[in-house]
Amino acid sequence: MSATLDAPYSSETSVFAPERGFLVALARDAKLAARSKGEVAQALAFFVVVVSLFPLAIGPESELLKRIAPGVVWVAALLSVLLTLPRLFANDYADGTLEQLVLSVYPLPVVVSGKIVAHWLMAGLPLAVLSPLLGLQFGLQSNELSVLFASLMLGTPVLSIIGAIGAGLTLGVRGGSILLALLVLPLYVPVLIFGAGAVEQAMTGIDFSANLSLLGAILLLGGLVVPFAVAAAIRISLD
Amino acid sequence: MTATTGQVFTPNFAHTLAGRSLRLDRGTRSIIKGLSFKIASGEALILRGANGCGKTSLLRILAGLTLPDEGAVVWNGEKLHALSATWRNAALYLGHTNALKDDFTAQENLVDALSIDGIAAEPVAQLAALERVGLLERRQVLARRLSQGQKRRVGLARLSLALAHTPRKPLWLLDEPTNALDGQGVSLFTGLISDHLNGGGIACIATHLAFNLASSVREMNLDSPTEVTQ
Repeated sequence: MSATLDAPYSSETSVFAPERGFLVALARDAKLAARSKGEVAQALAFFVVVVSLFPLAIGPESELLKRIAPGVVWVAALLSVLLTLPRLFANDYADGTLEQLVLSVYPLPVVVSGKIVAHWLMAGLPLAVLSPLLGLQFGLQSNELSVLFASLMLGTPVLSIIGAIGAGLTLGVRGGSILLALLVLPLYVPVLIFGAGAVEQAMTGIDFSANLSLLGAILLLGGLVVPFAVAAAIRISLD
Repeated sequence: MTATTGQVFTPNFAHTLAGRSLRLDRGTRSIIKGLSFKIASGEALILRGANGCGKTSLLRILAGLTLPDEGAVVWNGEKLHALSATWRNAALYLGHTNALKDDFTAQENLVDALSIDGIAAEPVAQLAALERVGLLERRQVLARRLSQGQKRRVGLARLSLALAHTPRKPLWLLDEPTNALDGQGVSLFTGLISDHLNGGGIACIATHLAFNLASSVREMNLDSPTEVTQ
């Protein structure tokens, strides 16, 4: 210990790059999710069960089932992501590690981006990957299935991004999970319309690329702007 | 990240931390009012006072987590903007929660805290620090199964590694760091603080405990904020 004490404290240029904070946060949350696999599996199971309830309830009317398929899959995905949102920051808030992340050497928006990507990998990506399988229950054709998959691949990251704003704002609020749903669900409406709309257009043979482009545009814009807003929300919640 | 002006020209820069007429309101009451102080490298500021007198609030202001309603925190003569890079690089904050993930083991929690601090400590150094705080045998135990004192000791291991690695954090803000620690843990803690102060660091500690520190210690009683130097 004494050898190191000779070096005086200084704030010389540090060895870390700010971007590394992204990987630190991503790896951290991925490892935490791996420790609680149950929660990840539960959200996925919820998605599968909700989607599967509709064919059972409506019966084997293939035309009707096919028509409602995009909406059903999208609404179920939206609710499933909503269920996992409190996990994004609330656990870190409760055990005090969120304060450490805020005081980290890495800029908070970068850390938040890492956490959002980790959330999507756990909560959004599995839904998109599983969706073609569920679409088969509704009798969707292969090209419609691939549009469903593409719309979810573009749309579920947006759900994580928008949801992060709500999760940040409702930190430490009593009854926060209901408030979170009320706050976030209206903001999900455009994603729902464009996502489900793309699949419907593919079914009717219209060009669906505009809807997917709009989803992509929301994703890019949200990915750039939202981490700063979430960082501000977290700082306010911790004050 | 940002080398503050002045530090570039003086190789053995001595840091100063000051509070300028800080005021913090909670509801209709000011829990901190007209508080000013100044400490320099090698000095520790011990915050004392009854429960609820604002020790934790003051530490959170000094960390940049809470914005004061009036006044400013001044670091090396410059007014700090809350959570700016200079501030985050300088300060190490141990709050009254242990900031441990229940699902991580003691060692994983240590690595996690260090990576957030931007410190890359080799496994050998991690084990040495865990041994120093008496957690070597328990390093693979999940934090949820550690006792309160052992959880606090993970924080001590972090301080110990922060001392030995770059980027060194000159400003330690510690909230009741000796809570739940046994006698041996407390002496371990005072040893770490001495090392930190001897190396030119600054520490602000909220505690009820009396310390035997060789270095200069200032005490501030927040019940009646008049500064007393020992």
